[in-house]
Amino acid sequence: MANVISDETIEYVGILAKLELSAEEREQAKKDMGSMLDYIDQLNELDTSNVEPMSHVFPVKNVFREDVVTNGDDREAITANAPEKQNGSFVVPKTFD
Amino acid sequence: MELMKLTAVETGKKIKAGEISVEDAVNAAFEQIETVEKDVNAYVTVLEKACVLEKAKEIQKKIDSGELTGPLAGVPVAIKDNMCTEGILTTCSSKILSNFKPAYTSEAVLNLEKAGAVIIGKTNMDEFAMGSTTETSAYGATKNPWNFEHVPGGSSGGSCAAVAAEECSCALGSDTGGSIRQPSSFCGVTGLKPTYGTVSRYGLIAYGSSLDQIGPVAKDVTDCAVILETIASYDQKDSTSVKREEYDFTSALKEDVKGLKIGIPKGYFGDGLDEDVRKAVLEAAKVLEKKGAVLEEFDLGLVDYAIPAYYVIASAEASSNLARFDGVKYGFRTEEFRGLHNMYKKTRSEGFGAEVKRRIMLGSFVLSSGYFDAYYLKALRTKALIKKEFDRAFETYDLILGPAAPTTAPKLGESLSDPIKMYLGDIYTISVNLAGLPGISIPCGTDKKGLPIGLQLIGNCFEEKTMIQAAYTFEQSRSYEGPKMVQR
Amino acid sequence: MAKQYETVIGLEVHVELATKTKIFCGCSTAFGGEPNTHTCPVCTGMPGSLPVLNKQVVEYAVAVGLATNCKITQYCKFDRKNYFYPDNPQNYQISQLYLPICRDGGVEIELENGEKKTIGIHEIHMEEDAGKLIHDEWGENSLVDFNRSGVPLIEIVSEPDMRSAEEVIAYLDKLRIIIQYLGASDCKLQEGSMRADVNLSVREAGASEFGTRTEMKNLNSFKAIARAIEAEKNRQIDLIESGEAVIQETRRWDDNKEYSYAMRSKEDAQDYRYFPEPDLVPVEISDQWLEEIRAKQPEFRTQKLERYEREYHIPEYDAKIITESKKMADLFEETVAICSNPKKVSNWLMVETMRLLKEHDMEPEEIRFTPDNLAKLINLVDGGTINSSVAKQVFEQMFEYNTDPEAYVEEKGLKMDSDEDGLKKIVEEVIASNPQSVEDYRSGKEKAIGFLVGQTMKATKGKANPGMINKLLKELL
Repeated sequence: MANVISDETIEYVGILAKLELSAEEREQAKKDMGSMLDYIDQLNELDTSNVEPMSHVFPVKNVFREDVVTNGDDREAITANAPEKQNGSFVVPKTFD
Repeated sequence: MELMKLTAVETGKKIKAGEISVEDAVNAAFEQIETVEKDVNAYVTVLEKACVLEKAKEIQKKIDSGELTGPLAGVPVAIKDNMCTEGILTTCSSKILSNFKPAYTSEAVLNLEKAGAVIIGKTNMDEFAMGSTTETSAYGATKNPWNFEHVPGGSSGGSCAAVAAEECSCALGSDTGGSIRQPSSFCGVTGLKPTYGTVSRYGLIAYGSSLDQIGPVAKDVTDCAVILETIASYDQKDSTSVKREEYDFTSALKEDVKGLKIGIPKGYFGDGLDEDVRKAVLEAAKVLEKKGAVLEEFDLGLVDYAIPAYYVIASAEASSNLARFDGVKYGFRTEEFRGLHNMYKKTRSEGFGAEVKRRIMLGSFVLSSGYFDAYYLKALRTKALIKKEFDRAFETYDLILGPAAPTTAPKLGESLSDPIKMYLGDIYTISVNLAGLPGISIPCGTDKKGLPIGLQLIGNCFEEKTMIQAAYTFEQSRSYEGPKMVQR
Repeated sequence: MAKQYETVIGLEVHVELATKTKIFCGCSTAFGGEPNTHTCPVCTGMPGSLPVLNKQVVEYAVAVGLATNCKITQYCKFDRKNYFYPDNPQNYQISQLYLPICRDGGVEIELENGEKKTIGIHEIHMEEDAGKLIHDEWGENSLVDFNRSGVPLIEIVSEPDMRSAEEVIAYLDKLRIIIQYLGASDCKLQEGSMRADVNLSVREAGASEFGTRTEMKNLNSFKAIARAIEAEKNRQIDLIESGEAVIQETRRWDDNKEYSYAMRSKEDAQDYRYFPEPDLVPVEISDQWLEEIRAKQPEFRTQKLERYEREYHIPEYDAKIITESKKMADLFEETVAICSNPKKVSNWLMVETMRLLKEHDMEPEEIRFTPDNLAKLINLVDGGTINSSVAKQVFEQMFEYNTDPEAYVEEKGLKMDSDEDGLKKIVEEVIASNPQSVEDYRSGKEKAIGFLVGQTMKATKGKANPGMINKLLKELL
């Protein structure tokens, strides 16, 4: 396996992705990511040196809204699914600042 | 139940003609669900029968008063569980959305409702549409109606199985890398993935935003054309929605392929292609040839690079799209936690399944500093090259023909062990999403085990009609055959 | 002898744009309102929702770019900035990294000593604001309100061209005035519609390399900015002097404690994984569109300053104060257009208007009286209809209620009294009843007459023609 994923990398990606993996999940993840990257590395066989990255397949551009208020108070519906709410606000564990 | 053997359009005709009522149609669907659902598990949520019958009455009134005249008025339909439906549980087959009832209905579903279709349930899928077997669902795997030991394919396995098992007249699926066409082929139904931007994504819970498209799953091409005509629309709420000159797809339902140039990519018939599938697909090609189409083998480049490019792009977008599931605004939140970040991590780790976590991890990695250019930009450049390959092909050919999948439906539990092997199953479908093209899968026979095989036709951008016409023409050579389900 | 250090400062200024709706949805940007009453599926990150760009945001951003001499990126795109925080509903912020809408600009600032200096602008990009977190002092929870989530912002990133708090404040003030003139924002630091993050590093005087910089957040007044700069400069110098390294980090300023602390936690890796936003399409600004925006640009302060001196011949000092706010400048120009008396108009604005604004602690934008009422008042004085002390009293009335001065003078009978015979009687009475002052005056105490004038004025309820009183007194004494 060309790509060896270290514990540090998995730890780091876990912080980015907000995922906490169990011991065996980590081992599995290291294997899976390694083999996926090996597989993905075949893209390096392609010469893409003067190819523009393509994010949208079609040249659609300039899609705008006019600056007009269209939404009213929809708080009930918006907070209806909240795991925890308090007078119309979403409740989260205290943030430090 | 005889009624459920009808196609959506046939059902609609009978309702309009007054031969049956909307309630009859709905009752028939529920009857079938009661008989087979325990074996198939096509649905995450079947709506309260009483409520659906209420709806049926309303629609019957509108039909009688001439307010509703469309071909889908009164027809019972199923919706893949990644499309928001106001007040109706929408889970993406994930634990993290186990209790989520959206505040609004997705545009495509609204269009169906306006046409008078009756929603009877939300279908099972691979969690967040990540998978090719519908085994990654948090609500149990869906079984293939043709053989309960086999998977229905995925990620729209629930929609395809529900149609095959006659638990609805037709359904909506979504296709990011083949998620409509591959399960359609495994379940012996017809599924169409439109050109990117044809059906609004508003309300479709995103997996890979630049690849996702909603499309129809049905018993035949006519239904697909009718459904597409109903759900396709230019939507100002979706910036990537494309304003098309016309949305009249049913006018392409003509038996005529004379002079139509069909290209057959050699690369689609190489190693890994099941022998029975090869035969069935090439025979299907012959059928079209007999009817006047001009077949030609050609070299479509970069076939092998589509999958790696896809997994980089889709995983990267998914890692960002799924960041919003954090236990703050909706859905599941872990029981015990110490502080904010611990709450995030525990909620997401408990709420997401293994395959979803795998792709979020991969996606976060390929976007992380130091790897962005090597992986993400490289994949976008590859995507550009693949698009160019198809553009070149469509200078010569009106359509591209091949299998929808290299094999028929594998046995339950066979695929997940080796992700890459599973990913390879999407080799014929994925590039179509990368290039934004339309594709359709039509049943074209069964293998030795009696499992369905799907023929895939790929059209040029915005050329659904050519594709539909050819598919319709092929379809005339064979009559629809549902699975002979052995009831336990 | 102690080393000399140079402070190097760059600014990231966030400005809330004055649009009616949010950047990606039709929710109102109005201030206040109960928590989450200005929200929808888009600005709360509901699954399946999609953003659609508010055209006005692009126009404001381009206008600011043009006014700050930037190159406009005529093909620009949005990117996603990924990080988890509860005020950020999608856990990514839609912003611009690869193709920001404006680049390579700059503005000229003027310092106390009259020295001029150009501060470079690296880029300006469009992005969405976050929601608000309300912290429960005692409990262990915070409350999330998404009313501000999705309010359009532009972030103006300067070059590291500033060397002192004075330069920083001059630069911020320059930006504020330009943006207010454009009507693109009200730019209030206190209310957070203008926010400045300070990137600061120090280096030995003359060194060519920059030192390691820190980013200072939570600065919501000019004073706080000045204090924070001073404190951070000293903190870094102390570190260097004691042989320690300055760590590149984000710090949060506490203006009460006059102290900053590092915001880094092991949970934020500061790796934002930017990638092109797949849900939004590129923005292409045609030459024609660009010209339309350029054509709408107002006359800015610098042009006004030199035109005022040329056309109106008012002192530079007055011109500067009047052009501090566009409202004041407009009021000045419109009033002059009516009464064609620049000097007097500027006096009323400079003295009485400023005084009352201070007293009521109001912004010039809140001035209620109209140009033609001010013009009428000035004419009343010029025409000798009222004297200056009455004028002040009329002005205060007009400042409060935008009352029509002519009508008011009429109604209250405040016309100046110039009836010589009538005044003569009153003056005689005053002389008769104030022998002492008369004595003083006659014995050469010139200023005693002032008292007598005052007494006469009092007797006429301030309406008497002051010139005439003087004349009469001198005659009769």
